[in-house]
Amino acid sequence: MLSQSRFADSLRRFFDSDIWYSFKSSRVTVAAAIVTAVMILTAIFSPWIAPQNPFDPASLDLMDAFTPPVWYEDGVPKYLLGTDDQGRDMLSALMYGARISIFVGFVAVLVSMLIGVTLGVIAGYVGGAVDALIMRIADIQFTFPAILVALLVDGIMRGILPKEVHDDLVLVVIILALGVSGWPQFARTVRGSTLVEKNKEYVLAARVIGLKRSTIMLSHVLPNVLGPVLVIGTINLAIAILGEATLSFLGVGVPPTEPSLGTLIRIGNDFLFSGEWWIVIFPGLTLALLVLSVNLLGDWLRDALNPKLR
Amino acid sequence: MRLTKLFMAGAAALTLFAAQPAVTVNAETLRFAFQGDANSMDPYNLNETFTLGFLGNIYEGLIRRNANLEIEPALAESWEIVEPTRWRFHLRKGVKFHDGTPFTADDVLFSADRVRADGSDLKTRLSADTKVVKVDDYTVDFITPKPNPILIAEWETFYIMSKKWAEKYGAVKPQQATGNEENYATRHANGTGPFKLVSREIDVKTVLEANPDWWGNATKKTNVTRVEFQPISQDATRVAALLSGELDMAYPIPVQDQKRVNANPGTKVIVGPELRTIFLGMDEYRDELLYSNVKGKNPFKDKRVRQAFYQAINIEAIKKKVMRGLSNPSAMMVAPGINGWSDKYKRLPYDPKKAKALLAEAGYPNGFEVGMDCPNDRYVNDEAICQAVVSMLAKVGVKVNLLAQPKAKYFKKVLAPNFDTSFYLIGWTPSSLDALNVLYNLLNCYDPKTGRGKFNLGRYCNPEVDKLTDQILVETDQEKRNALINKAWDLTLGDIATLPLHQQALSWGVRDNVSLKQRADNVFLIREVVIKK
Repeated sequence: MLSQSRFADSLRRFFDSDIWYSFKSSRVTVAAAIVTAVMILTAIFSPWIAPQNPFDPASLDLMDAFTPPVWYEDGVPKYLLGTDDQGRDMLSALMYGARISIFVGFVAVLVSMLIGVTLGVIAGYVGGAVDALIMRIADIQFTFPAILVALLVDGIMRGILPKEVHDDLVLVVIILALGVSGWPQFARTVRGSTLVEKNKEYVLAARVIGLKRSTIMLSHVLPNVLGPVLVIGTINLAIAILGEATLSFLGVGVPPTEPSLGTLIRIGNDFLFSGEWWIVIFPGLTLALLVLSVNLLGDWLRDALNPKLR
Repeated sequence: MRLTKLFMAGAAALTLFAAQPAVTVNAETLRFAFQGDANSMDPYNLNETFTLGFLGNIYEGLIRRNANLEIEPALAESWEIVEPTRWRFHLRKGVKFHDGTPFTADDVLFSADRVRADGSDLKTRLSADTKVVKVDDYTVDFITPKPNPILIAEWETFYIMSKKWAEKYGAVKPQQATGNEENYATRHANGTGPFKLVSREIDVKTVLEANPDWWGNATKKTNVTRVEFQPISQDATRVAALLSGELDMAYPIPVQDQKRVNANPGTKVIVGPELRTIFLGMDEYRDELLYSNVKGKNPFKDKRVRQAFYQAINIEAIKKKVMRGLSNPSAMMVAPGINGWSDKYKRLPYDPKKAKALLAEAGYPNGFEVGMDCPNDRYVNDEAICQAVVSMLAKVGVKVNLLAQPKAKYFKKVLAPNFDTSFYLIGWTPSSLDALNVLYNLLNCYDPKTGRGKFNLGRYCNPEVDKLTDQILVETDQEKRNALINKAWDLTLGDIATLPLHQQALSWGVRDNVSLKQRADNVFLIREVVIKK
C-alpha cells in the first residue's frame, strides 16, 4: 500500500512538473512523441504483428513481385503497401527494417555514451595531460564527418575479421562503427559540466574526508552531469539511425537478405525510373518521419531541461 | 594590370586558334559507360567479354570478327592451310604499334608464348603443343599436332603484343587475374588497333584517342576521335547519365528502365538476343563442401540433389518478374545461333514437390545449408536472379547463404585455381561461336597444365565427355562433328552437370545521333560508331 501511494505521489509530482507542462503545451512535441512511440512499439512487436516475415526467403513468392499498393487497380489486400522486386511485402519489410534501424541506433548511442561519458568525466576531473590528450583526440575526430569515421571503422573491421565471422557480426560491426564515431560530443559536454562540478563544495568535502578519486567521480560527480547527456543522447539517436541508413545505402551495412531502412532505400533506388515508386518512397518516408520525430523530441528536451530558457 | 589583360586576350586567341583545326577535322567524342570496369589493360589477364571487348579497340589479333561475327583479316592479311596440321599466316606489312615500333613475326611468336605462359587466363587460345614457327619477318606457321579445323575461331581476342615494348618495361609475364601482382601492361597498353590508350584511372575513367597511323584508317567507318569510358555500377545512375546527355551510349540498360529511356526524347534502347548463357554451377569435386552444414560428404556429388535444385527453380517466374520478359529460358549450355545448339533438348519442368522428394531420397529430407556466390555487376539483374533462386530453394528446404559481390572480387574468389565456391552463378559466351568451346572450357575435367576445363568451376568430370571433346576437336566432317556434339550434350545434360538458366537480352542505350552495330556477343565495337551532328 505504501509503495503504491508513493508511486501515485511521484506520478502526481510528475504531472505537476514544469517539464510535463512544457510537453503538454507543445503540440508538435506531443505529435512527435506519439509517432516515435508508435514506431518503436511496432518495431519491437513486428515479429507478431507483421503480415509476413520478410527475412525468410521461403515466405517470398517471386510471382508476387512488383505488386503495387492496395489502392491501385492491380493491388491486392494481402500487400497493403505493395511488394518489392522479390515479392517481399513492403509493410512487413518496413516494420522489420525499422526494427533493425532503431535497434542499431539505440545500441550505437549507448556505446557512444559509455565511451564519451567515461572519458569526459576523467578528462574533466583529472585534468592536466590526461585532459589534454583525451580532448585533443576528440578535437581531431571532430574534424572528420562522423560518417567518414564510421566508414573507416567499418572498413578496418572488414579487413581484420575473416569473411565468415564478419557476416555473423555485421550488426556488431556497424554498431561499433557508429558508436565510435559519436563519442566526442558526449565527452566534450560532460567534461565541461565536470569542470564546474569539480570545484563545488560537496566535491571538496568528499575530497577532504579522503574518498578515492574513482569513488568521487563515479558516485558524486557523475550523477550531477548526466542531464545534458540525455539531450545529446536523444539527438544522437536520430543521427545514428541516419548513419546506419547511410552505411546500408552505400552497401557496407546490413545485407539485403535482412534489410534495414537504408538497405530498402538502396534496393528501391534501382526502380525509381521504372515507375515502381513504392519500393523506395515508403522506406524513405518512414526513415524521414522517424528521424524528424526523434529530433523534435531531442530539441524539446534540450529546451525543457535548460534552466536559462524557462 | 594592362599587361595581364593583354596576356589573357592573347591566351584566349591562342586557344581559339589551337581549337580551330580540331573542329574542322570533325572531332567527335564518344562518352560511354558500362556497369563495370575492364579488369586490366593486360590482354591475357581475364577471359571475360567486356575486358577483352574493350581491349579490342586498342589491341588486335591476327584475325577479327565484323559486326555480324564473321571472320575478317586483321593483322594477318591472309592465311592458308598448307597441310592439315600447318596453317600459314601472311602478316600485314607496314603496321606500327602505338609506340612506333613496327609489327613483325617476332611479335606473333612472343604473343604466342605469353598467351600460354603461367598466369595467362587465355591459355585456351592456343594449345601448349602447337608449334609457332617464323618463316620470315612477315610469315608465320602454326603447326598443330592434330588437324584443328577451328584453330582461328577464337583468335579475335588473341591480341598481339609488342615484344620490344613488353621486354623494355618488364611485362613479359602476363598478369594473373586471381593474384594481386601487377605489371606494366596492367595500366598501360601498346597495341596496333584503331584507338590508343591516353589515360586510365581504374574504376573511374579510361580515355582513348584515335590512332592516326592505324592501318585501317583508309576504309574506317567511325568518325570518333576520342573515347571516354566510365564504369558506372549503379543502374539508376547510369540511366540518369544517359538521359541527361552526359553519355552517348550506356549498357546494359536495366530491363525495368527501357520504357523510360525510349520515352525520353533523344535516347533509345536497342535490344537483341545475346549469345551468352547464364547458368548455375555446383562444386562436384571436393569431398566436403567449403560452405555448407553437411560435413563429411558433398551433397552435389549426388545427381538427385542437382536435379532437385534444377526442378526447384521456376525459370518462367524469373523471366516474367526479374527479366521482365526479356530472357530466353534455356535447356542447354549454348544459345540458338551457336553451332551445336539443338531444339531437341527441353528443360526439366519446374516441380518443387518432385524436388523435395528427390532431396529426401538423397538423404536430405530437411534440406541443408549451402553458400552461394554471385556477381552483382556483371550480368543483367544477376543479384536479383540469385535472390530469387535463394527464395525458390528455401521453399524446398535448402537454406542458401548468398554472397553477392562486384565482379572483380567475385571472379578472384571463384575462378581457377581458387575455385573458392560451393554454388555459383556465371555466364558464358563461346567466343568461337561453337559448342566445342563450351565443352572444353566448362564441361571437361580440369587440367591445370593445359587450361582445359579452366572455367569448369565446379570441376564436373566425366572422362567420356573428354573423349568426345577430343574427337570433336579433330573431326572435319561437319555432320559427324555435330553428331559427336549431340552425344556430348546427351551425357552432360543427362548428368545435370550444370543448371542452365537463360539467355539474357542485349540492352544498349544510345543517343539518337549515335549509330552503331550491336554484336550478338555484347561486344561494343567503337570502330563501327558514327556520331551524327
